[in-house]
Formats: sequence, C-alpha cells, structure tokens
Amino acid sequence: MGSEKRFHPAIMTLAWPVAALALLVVFNLAFTPGFFGIELRDGRFFGTPIDVLNHAAKVAIVAIGMTLVIATGGVDLSVGAVVAISGAVAAMFVTRSQASFPLVILAALAAGGVAGLCNGFLVARLRLQPIVATLVLMVAGRGVAQLITDGLIITFEHRALSSLANTAFAFIPIPAWIALALATAVGLFTRRTAAGMFVEAVGDNDRACRYAGVNDRAIKLGVYAFCGVCAGLAGLVECSYIKAADANNAGLFLELDAILAVVIGGTSLSGGRFSLTGSLVGAILIQTLTKTMYMHDVSADVAPLPKAIAVLAVCTLQSPVVKDRIAGMFSRGSA
Amino acid sequence: MTRVARRHVPILTTFTLLIATFLAGSAAYTNFASVGVVRNLLVDNAFLAVAAVGATFVILSGAIDLSVGSVMACTSIGVAALIEHHAVHPLAAITIALAAGGLFGLVQGLIIELLRLPPFLVTLAGMFFARGAAFLIHPQSIGIKHPFVADVLNDQLSLVLPLGDRGISVPITVDVAIFAIAVAAVVLRSTRFGRSVYAVGDDENSALLMGLNIRAARLGVFAISGFYSALAGVVFTLYQQSGDPAACKGFELDAIAAVVIGGTLLRGGVGSVLGTGLGVLLLGLIQTIITFQGNLSSWWTRIVIGLLVLAFVALQGQIAKQDR
Repeated sequence: MGSEKRFHPAIMTLAWPVAALALLVVFNLAFTPGFFGIELRDGRFFGTPIDVLNHAAKVAIVAIGMTLVIATGGVDLSVGAVVAISGAVAAMFVTRSQASFPLVILAALAAGGVAGLCNGFLVARLRLQPIVATLVLMVAGRGVAQLITDGLIITFEHRALSSLANTAFAFIPIPAWIALALATAVGLFTRRTAAGMFVEAVGDNDRACRYAGVNDRAIKLGVYAFCGVCAGLAGLVECSYIKAADANNAGLFLELDAILAVVIGGTSLSGGRFSLTGSLVGAILIQTLTKTMYMHDVSADVAPLPKAIAVLAVCTLQSPVVKDRIAGMFSRGSA
Repeated sequence: MTRVARRHVPILTTFTLLIATFLAGSAAYTNFASVGVVRNLLVDNAFLAVAAVGATFVILSGAIDLSVGSVMACTSIGVAALIEHHAVHPLAAITIALAAGGLFGLVQGLIIELLRLPPFLVTLAGMFFARGAAFLIHPQSIGIKHPFVADVLNDQLSLVLPLGDRGISVPITVDVAIFAIAVAAVVLRSTRFGRSVYAVGDDENSALLMGLNIRAARLGVFAISGFYSALAGVVFTLYQQSGDPAACKGFELDAIAAVVIGGTLLRGGVGSVLGTGLGVLLLGLIQTIITFQGNLSSWWTRIVIGLLVLAFVALQGQIAKQDR
C-alpha cells in the first residue's frame, strides 16, 4: 500500500487496462491497415472503431451487471443463455403479437430479470455455489430459448426494434449510449447511496455483514436479478442488431467476455471492491482485441484460444501471489 | 438416522430413481425392457461415464473443472488428425492424446495452485483455450477410415454376448468405461492419494494438520480429470468414428450433473464413482425415454437435467443443514 500513496488506488487499478488498450491501439496503428478508417454515410459513421464501440457496448452492458455480482463474491455464468432467452422473447413478441414497442422491451427485460431472480434465489436462499447455480441456467437456458422460438431462428421486420442497435445519436451508435447511461446510473446509485458499500461489504465478508444488520441475502438476490436485467438488455441489443433471434448462437461465449472485462477492470474475483469504469475500459479492450484478431485472419472459432491466454495473463498479474511479489520488488527498490 | 446413513441418502435416492424410471419406461413403452435398449444405454453413455469419473475426483476435492467438454473435442479432433493427416498409428495417436490431456490438466492444476486463482476461472479459460485449439488443429470434422480403428478396435475387440437371436455385441468403449470406473474406485478407496482427496474436500485445514500432502491431492485431481477427459474424448472418437472440433459443447455440465445426481456433494468430501456410474445411467435413461416418447423436442433433455441437478443439490443442502 505504501508505494501506492502517490496515486489514488482507483487510478492504479485502471493503469493496467488503459496501458494494454494503448498498446493494442499502437499495434493496430502500425500493423493493421484501415483499422482507424471512419466514413460518414446516411448521417452516421461507419468503420472499425464504430464497430468496436457497437459490440463493446453489448459486452459492457452485461459487464456492468456482472461487476456487481462479482463484487458480492459470486459469478454469473448464465448471461449468454439469458441473452438468448431475452432475444427470443422480444422476437416472439414482435412477430406473434401486436404489442407496443415499450411492452416488447419490458417483456424482454422482465424475462432477463426472472432468470436473474432464479439465480439469485439459488445463491442467496439455497446457498449454492454461484458457479453451480448459474451453470444450471447456462445450459438449461438455451433449451428454454429453443422452446420459446420452437427451435427456429426468428427473423423480424420491426422498425422500432431494429433501429435500436442500427442507428446513431450524435454519430455514436445507440448501444454505446445505452451502456454509458446504464453505467452512469449504476455508478450514481452505488456511489451516491450506501448501496455500493453494502455490495462491497457482502463481498468482503457476508457473515460479518449479517451480524452488522445488513440483509446480505436481499443484496445477493438483488444483484443477480439486476445482472439478469442487464443480460436481457444486451439480448435486446443483440437481436435488434441482427434483426433476428438465434437461440443457439445469441450471446455465445458472452459470459467469458463479460467476466474478462470485469477482471481486467480491476474488480477482484474474490469479491469486495469493484470498479464500473474499469469494467467499461475492459469491455472496450476485449472488443478491440477481438476485432484485431478478426482483422488478422484469426477465425471466430479459434479466437477463444488467444482470449483465454489474455484472461490468464491478466489474472496472473492480479493474483495475490504475483501482486505481493511486485509490491515486494517496489518496496525493496524504494527503501 | 445416523450421520453415515444420511450420507447415503442421495445415492440410495439415485438407485431408487434409476429402477423406478426403468420400470416406468418399461410400463409405458413396448420394447423398452429389452437387452437392446440396455446395450444402447451403455454404448451411448460410455464417454459420459469416463468424463464424469474424472469430474468426480475434482468435485470430491472441493474444486470444479469446466474444461471437460473442450478437452474432449480437442482430443477427438487431435486423434483424428494424427491418424488421417499425419499417418500416425491409432494406438500411438491415442497414447499421445491421453498424455496431452493429463498434461493439460496438470498445467491447469499448477496455475490454480501456484497463483492461487479460483479453479472455475482457470478451467473456464482452459475450456476456451482447448476449444480454440481444437479448431486450430482442424476447422472441420474428420472421418477416420484407418482399418485398425474400423476393424480391430471397433469390430474384432467387441464382446459378443450370446443373448437374443444373433447375440448382442458390446463394443470396446463400454469395457473402457467400466474399467475406468473400477480403477478410479480402487484409487479413491484404497490408496493414500485417494483418501487425501476425500480429506482435502472435507476439510482442508484438518487434512493439512493430519500431515497429508494436500498439494499433491489438489494437483493430482486436475491431472486425473484432464486424463479422463482425454480418455472420454478417445471413447467419443471411437463411438463416432470421427473427430469433431465442435463436439461436446457444454458437456461439462452433463459430467457435473452425473456426479451430483450420483450423490457426490458439490462442496467435496463425500461421494463415490459408483454413484457417478448410477448417475450416468439415470441421465442416459431419461434421454432414452425422451427419445421413446418421440414427440418431445431434444432440448427438453437439457431442461430436465437442469431441474434434476437442482433437486439433488437442494437435497444435499437439506442433508448438510441437518448435519450441522
């Protein structure tokens, strides 16, 4: 701790991901022709950076919910499946009913919320390990999505729904605005009220919390439900983007991206202190990494391999053992 | 009830459910209670049994391995590519694959142990690593046409039982699965390593105070799980006679489900591979019934498995509560 006194701790945790992002940007400047090309067409920008922003928004939306879950010492592996469920619900509503657009949104978010509540119930009430509790929905969830769509890929022509992810406001794609607004709202709620402190306290030591009169179960239930709603929102964005609901592939591997974004952002997997800004930076970093790989002809099937190495590298840097080593090196150097 | 008896409640429940499900199936569908159905039950679930045995070790030690399905796919495509594209003899290819699987598991264990990272995170990364590696080896599935695989492994080595009109042939994969369960049962029951796995899963501090080598136990379970995953991949490859990099997605849940349904506690320390074997049979039987029913879509299987796991985990929770 002594060696970090010169900087605010929040800046220290952000230093690694920002440095990595800068490194990636420099790499792309040098080796990826056309990575920074942007053109203006029909009143909105097109180009790789915009693309990155658009997809990073989806990861970021999920990562915001995931941040709170991880801060309580849990994890949610079911977000990818919940994205599929919410997309399926939205697609069914716009194709099979005359429901108004707000109602469609509400239904998709509610589907995510219910899924999240199920996770929360298993973790908070039945005290299952979060990995196992959410693993059940991770696999069963895609089955549920298949049941909703009857095993088909549902395509739709719905102006309002498809414009959600395919239009821009002030040249920035709408999903990015949604992610930013969500992050701001959650940031204000957790930092301007005691909510954030409660979440961190539960993650630090839930038993101590209970003795101190904090309802740790309600907080856990709440964060899982919220994470489900976030996944539902991401599902809306995804199905709006491709104008279809694909129960098999919607949100596939999104759980790894989201967890990775949170961990890169400096939130510890053992719970406790969390950083929403870090998660946003993490989401952008991951999407830039993914896009870089695609532009260097790494196929989408192989892409998980380098990503897995990136996860391990970041986790290694943040593991208690390595942190202690580095801290030891610095203290010896300064003394 | 005594504490020991309560521990056996889950496995007895599994056994009862297994019998009840079989009887229900026999009553509902003609031709259900036949040697052929039982044979297919064994053949179709041999690779699940092998994978679940590996998962039993990890779960008994109180950890979790999410890389099972991807390691199976990676082994499967690796073996197929070695045989078909690099002219390696099948037995050599299988040996290489098993060694690679064990090594992969060991490395995961080392990362968990040395960096003190949570097992789920490391094996989740391992899951994506192995899946990417599988597609890197070969992006499409490869059919295996090598005569040794088709004629010797999958034909001459099959056991023909004198049942029914033309006899029932049981392929080598079933023998492998039964052998894998038997070896694991002996290791867990009667070796120093096996007992330390239980001890570590039950209470790590007590195990340490008893002077057990807990580090070896925690590393060993991941090496064993990697090895068994690779073996499951080999069994899967023989069963399909092809390698597929996209195979076995989400198979780790099936393995974990079989372990849990077989009465092993998810927090570790209590359970057996015999129970896991029963769990595998129960899962297979549910699948068979959904197939026999005919008008239920296949994703109902996933949902039923999910619900069954939940029920068993809840049952375990109740037992743990009574213990305290």
